[in-house]
Amino acid sequence: MAIISPGFRGRRPQIDPSRLPPGQYATEDFPVLSAGPTPHTPLREWSLTIRGVVDRPTTWSWSEFGALPHVTITTDIHCVTKWSKFDTVWGGVSLDTLLEIVGTRAPFVTAWSDGGYTTNLPAQAITGGKAWIASEFGGEPLHPEHGGPARLLVPKLYFWKSAKWIRGLEFRNEDEPGFWEVNGYHNFGDPWKEQRYQGD
Amino acid sequence: MEGTAVPGRLSWRVAKVVGNTTETPRVHSLLLDVPDWPGHLAGQHVDIRLTSEDGYQAQRSYSIASAPEDQRLMLTIERLEEGEVSPYLSDALQPGDALELRGPIGGYFVWHEPLGGPLLLLAGGSGVVPFRSILRHHAATRSRVPVRLLYSARRFAEVIYREELERLTANGVDVKLTLTREWPDGWTGYRRRIDSDLLREIAWPPSENPLVYACGPTSFVETAANTLVSLGYQPTRIRTERFGPTG
Repeated sequence: MAIISPGFRGRRPQIDPSRLPPGQYATEDFPVLSAGPTPHTPLREWSLTIRGVVDRPTTWSWSEFGALPHVTITTDIHCVTKWSKFDTVWGGVSLDTLLEIVGTRAPFVTAWSDGGYTTNLPAQAITGGKAWIASEFGGEPLHPEHGGPARLLVPKLYFWKSAKWIRGLEFRNEDEPGFWEVNGYHNFGDPWKEQRYQGD
Repeated sequence: MEGTAVPGRLSWRVAKVVGNTTETPRVHSLLLDVPDWPGHLAGQHVDIRLTSEDGYQAQRSYSIASAPEDQRLMLTIERLEEGEVSPYLSDALQPGDALELRGPIGGYFVWHEPLGGPLLLLAGGSGVVPFRSILRHHAATRSRVPVRLLYSARRFAEVIYREELERLTANGVDVKLTLTREWPDGWTGYRRRIDSDLLREIAWPPSENPLVYACGPTSFVETAANTLVSLGYQPTRIRTERFGPTG
């Protein structure tokens, strides 16, 4: 039961409230949140690797990644720091496309990034049209501050799960908490259940 | 990257406002009594929740300005004119009022003795707030880790914690101010935005491998962190907290 803040009116969102998960507010901005410096990996040194408990571990160079079938995704995104941004437009490769190539039935996955960032997800959270490796935002190459050259995009979960500067996915038989997940944040991070922090 | 886990569920607590002080024309500090506050690490933040009479709610995050050793929790709020929450916190809350919060939150942008140093704190604007906590913790524990703060503000009137920073300086803490837009008569501090010349001048050299914390608006933090990396500092020794105007 919440206490009332007398005189507080708030600024009611001029949007469909059913699109806003609990505790979130809508913004037109695209705030930047990262735990360390923005990496600037040259594209000629960039690659994406899927390894671990998979049938065919695979690494794609930037040009090989670019040759994979790309799709456009329009989606709402939700950051654990409370902002949500509606109708963001991304371009990238579906995880389903990549997983068809490598083949896996492992139940967990850890994404890792330039700069040492990691985040963990159940494999179910990134299969079946739920996740992409995104390299474009708003029709332009993804800016480094927002995770370029490529980031994971898992819009159904809080956005720290959408690892910036992604370099690979490791499929695993056991779950292993990632960077924010060992720093007090929720292991799964469903915005609609307001799973912000450990124990939520 | 090491971290410090925050165990258990973070439940909402009802804090009592015991003070609302003006730091600068746009910045207020709230002193709070929080029943059963579990303690925090210097650098962590809390979530605030406001509820209107018809049940509408808004949440925001604010850095903790007080040290773990302080009796009361202090939050410092920058009042954003178009903000939904900060004007209420700044203008409406008075001693005796109740305020819901939960925390502490965040296990990475924190400093305590085992993390060592030398400790270089880079603040842009209200990004200085978590560093008040860190500096007070550093002083309260009589830490011998060398510490230095570079604080960039637009003008002198916008420098938060002026008196406290003067006290810290008198007690031997190395505090350097840079003002980027206007300078009072006789200003002897720096007069420019953070850049590689300024960082070269104030930072310990890369060979001493300082532990760096940068907090402020995105443009400030990006410049600070990118410049340090290009000067040869270890990216893994640079911790960042960026924020924009979020109301």
